[in-house]
Amino acid sequence: MDQIPAIARVFGYLSLLTIGGGMAAFPEMKVLVVSVHRWLTDAQLIHIYSVGQLSPGPNMMMVATIGERVAGIPGALVAALAFFVPTGILTFAVGRIWNRIAAWPWRASIQRGLGPVAIGLAVGGLITFGRSAVTGWVTLVVGLVVFYLSLKTRVNPALLILGGAAVGAIALR
Amino acid sequence: MTEAVAASKPKAVSTLEIFGVFLQIGATSFGGGVVAYLRSALVTKKRWLDDKEFLELMSLSNTLPGLNATNMAILAGDRLGGTPGAVAAMTGMCLPALILMTAAGIAYGASGNRPIVTAALHGVAAAATGLIAATWYQIGKKTVKGFYDAFFILAAVLGINHFKLSVPVVLLSVGALAIFAYRPVKKTDRPHEDSHAWIRSLQ
Repeated sequence: MDQIPAIARVFGYLSLLTIGGGMAAFPEMKVLVVSVHRWLTDAQLIHIYSVGQLSPGPNMMMVATIGERVAGIPGALVAALAFFVPTGILTFAVGRIWNRIAAWPWRASIQRGLGPVAIGLAVGGLITFGRSAVTGWVTLVVGLVVFYLSLKTRVNPALLILGGAAVGAIALR
Repeated sequence: MTEAVAASKPKAVSTLEIFGVFLQIGATSFGGGVVAYLRSALVTKKRWLDDKEFLELMSLSNTLPGLNATNMAILAGDRLGGTPGAVAAMTGMCLPALILMTAAGIAYGASGNRPIVTAALHGVAAAATGLIAATWYQIGKKTVKGFYDAFFILAAVLGINHFKLSVPVVLLSVGALAIFAYRPVKKTDRPHEDSHAWIRSLQ
């Protein structure tokens, strides 16, 4: 329970880093959750992050899973509120002045310029993530097969993730 | 505040109805790609927004921190039902995932240490790596239009992974440089239309 203020601080901060999606925040999430606060091990963090990809709705609701592990159901609620409310208020406020800034020339520059930077942040996060997730030839093959199938077929990504679970349960014990 | 809502076309949608639609999306959008679910519900089925409005909200949602799923819920909810609409949409979008992922935490605590569970989750992590890589590969293919884009991607990746910089530092350096490179005076590109085409191509 004494971890509640830390949960609020960590996830409130991480939410502001989610430019272009949750992956941008992963490297700092790892530092804060694994190294600084020691709430989870590196393996536990990537497990929980990956299960979040199976969830409907916002895939970063895995912050509630971390909060639950640290401080039970109150921890889950605080993590979710800290992660979703501050950026939500920012979005709400900017949405209200949207009409006024729509014609602002720099707005288009910001959107165009941040496009590739957001990709770089996500790829950077994914490299950090992949270093922990791909640990041998089985995981490498699973990753490559899923990569190929998601690009070449229209199979539901949730099924690919469940396929990964099945392969893992059989081949990684 | 109220005049901003009045300025954008007011729509007669009840708060409860907004909550119901977003709750349904929040509960059924398995496999990511919430944007496609949103478009199907808001534009195609309910006709609460037209395509142009939807893309406008998407482009704003993409520039702001936060996830598309929740940013879009807030922006669309506000447009449809003002402040109560935004709160209803956000709550509906998040509630199912909040319950599921809290339950996942409890289940993980109960059996996360069993070898078969650890092995399965490691398989899940490997699959998630491939999946997320594919998503960003597709976005990258549509965004990279020349040397500048490739350069900014590389600079951000090196900043994060090689120089271990924090996201705010990368945004203040590489981000600022990128915005400057696409500054308004430049006449060769038309960023506003570009970003719309990019968002459209994701659907």
